[in-house]
Amino acid sequence: MPIDDLYRDVILDHYRNPRRRGRLNHDAIHADGQNPSCGDEFGVDVVVGGGIITDIATQGQGCSISQASGSMMADAVVGLTIDEVRDLASSFKRMMSIVEGDNPVDPERPGAVLGDLEALQGVRQFPVRIRCADLAWVALEDAIDQWETAAAVGA
Amino acid sequence: MSDLAHLRRDFPLLGRAVHGKPLVYLDSAASSQKPVQVIDAVAEFYATSYANVHRGAYTLSDEATTAYEGARAKAAAMVGAASPTEIVFTSGTTAAINTVAYGWGLDHLRAGDRIVLTVMEHHSNIVPWQLVAGRTGAELAYLRVGADHQVDLTDLEEVIDERTRIVAVSAMSNVTGTMPPVTQLAAAAHAVGAVVVVDAAQAVPHLPVDVATLGADFLAWSGHKMLGPTGIGCLWGRADRLEEMSPLQGGGEMISDVGLYESRWAPVPHKFEAGTPPIAQAVGLGAAIDYLDKVGMDAVRRHETAITGYALDRLATIPDLTVHGPTDLAVRGGAVSFTLGDIHAHDIATILDEENGVAIRAGHHCAKPLMRHLGLTSAARASFYVYTTEDEIDQLVAGLHTARRIFGLS
Repeated sequence: MPIDDLYRDVILDHYRNPRRRGRLNHDAIHADGQNPSCGDEFGVDVVVGGGIITDIATQGQGCSISQASGSMMADAVVGLTIDEVRDLASSFKRMMSIVEGDNPVDPERPGAVLGDLEALQGVRQFPVRIRCADLAWVALEDAIDQWETAAAVGA
Repeated sequence: MSDLAHLRRDFPLLGRAVHGKPLVYLDSAASSQKPVQVIDAVAEFYATSYANVHRGAYTLSDEATTAYEGARAKAAAMVGAASPTEIVFTSGTTAAINTVAYGWGLDHLRAGDRIVLTVMEHHSNIVPWQLVAGRTGAELAYLRVGADHQVDLTDLEEVIDERTRIVAVSAMSNVTGTMPPVTQLAAAAHAVGAVVVVDAAQAVPHLPVDVATLGADFLAWSGHKMLGPTGIGCLWGRADRLEEMSPLQGGGEMISDVGLYESRWAPVPHKFEAGTPPIAQAVGLGAAIDYLDKVGMDAVRRHETAITGYALDRLATIPDLTVHGPTDLAVRGGAVSFTLGDIHAHDIATILDEENGVAIRAGHHCAKPLMRHLGLTSAARASFYVYTTEDEIDQLVAGLHTARRIFGLS
């Protein structure tokens, strides 16, 4: 049944036990994602060092899909370079059918490996819930944009 | 309401399936479905009598004008207005409240005046007043909501004080279903010379409403929540209050004479209806009023009270479920908001839709101050209407048990 594809155990686990919750104070970049129509919220504090995400903390409230997606995302991106995170975001959006087209991330690159995030592929069958799954990524991409802007100014 | 199955056959959409299950439509507080009598009236009007209104001296325009003004007379009769000229057609409740807020508020509010609302208002009866308060220097004050989900009247006289010029209240909450004591609030407002604006979006479709009994100066409601088309709603205003108001929009239809530098307005209500109005939508609204008249608003209210009682009884059997609203059927309507354990409302809505074909609303219901008062960011809401059956409530309950199973609540 599609409903069981959606609510897999791993998703409910991340919903009830979200990873990397809290705030980071030191040199963190903060960004918020909001879904005004449903009220879901997801925020990220990201620390980037040497072009790598070294730490992340998240905040938020909302449905199981938005919060589990953010929890899995937080686990997946620590230790990745900014380019790898961009690749991962791209791979995730392709899985969610947010991005159409024929330019998948090179399977040899780390950002092509979705890992636990693949548990969210059932969301694709529920078009109204895709933006729930994407909410955390909107916040993370905002944070990365902020870091790149700051890095460009600094350089 | 002796033959619900017969009545349901008037609503073509209720016969469709969702995910292979018969549709169970429990979101009528957001918008109602339409009977074939309304759908046909709109189609028939376009096919046989359509033209612009209040225009040429030709037969079609005259027929269209008669149909449009006939709908106004039906709307007036539905709420006990003294005359059809007390009905202003708008695009809906939101536009109707904005028409009062700007059309009456901007001319009559001064710095230090007070606008009184309740915490349970829909955003459309809060935000227009915030905007007008910002323009005039008036202040907002709120009547609180008690633990019984009713407006708390203990500090009524402190809140509705001598400075109060406007009291704007809902006649029925779209979240909790609560019916505030509008008549009592209106009396308190009139005692200090304030104007009473009633948001009747959830009331006019569901129970007999009489503007004189309520003691209202203005009453706003929508067509689409009462079996009619979208894009049409009504502002009823007592004749002298409408005369005190300035038009918000200038243009065709709303003038009696236009010069190069100044113009004179058409009489009420047309001075508030600039431009080509929603003509076919008004005709559809008229057909919806005819339909509800035939059923009888007393019968509508009786049916919804019975179905709400049935739903509350059934929901009470589900572990971990909390209904956020009054239990006394005498002071509530058929909007039932609830939470279920730690299952988010969106997840409940998805499971109900997928597994049982049940359509409910999930979210903050455009009433964030009330949701904060309830300590919630989100709730699920099932809402009922003249066509809702006990079988549909049973499907809702079955779906909620499925949700509990999927989320491992037991």
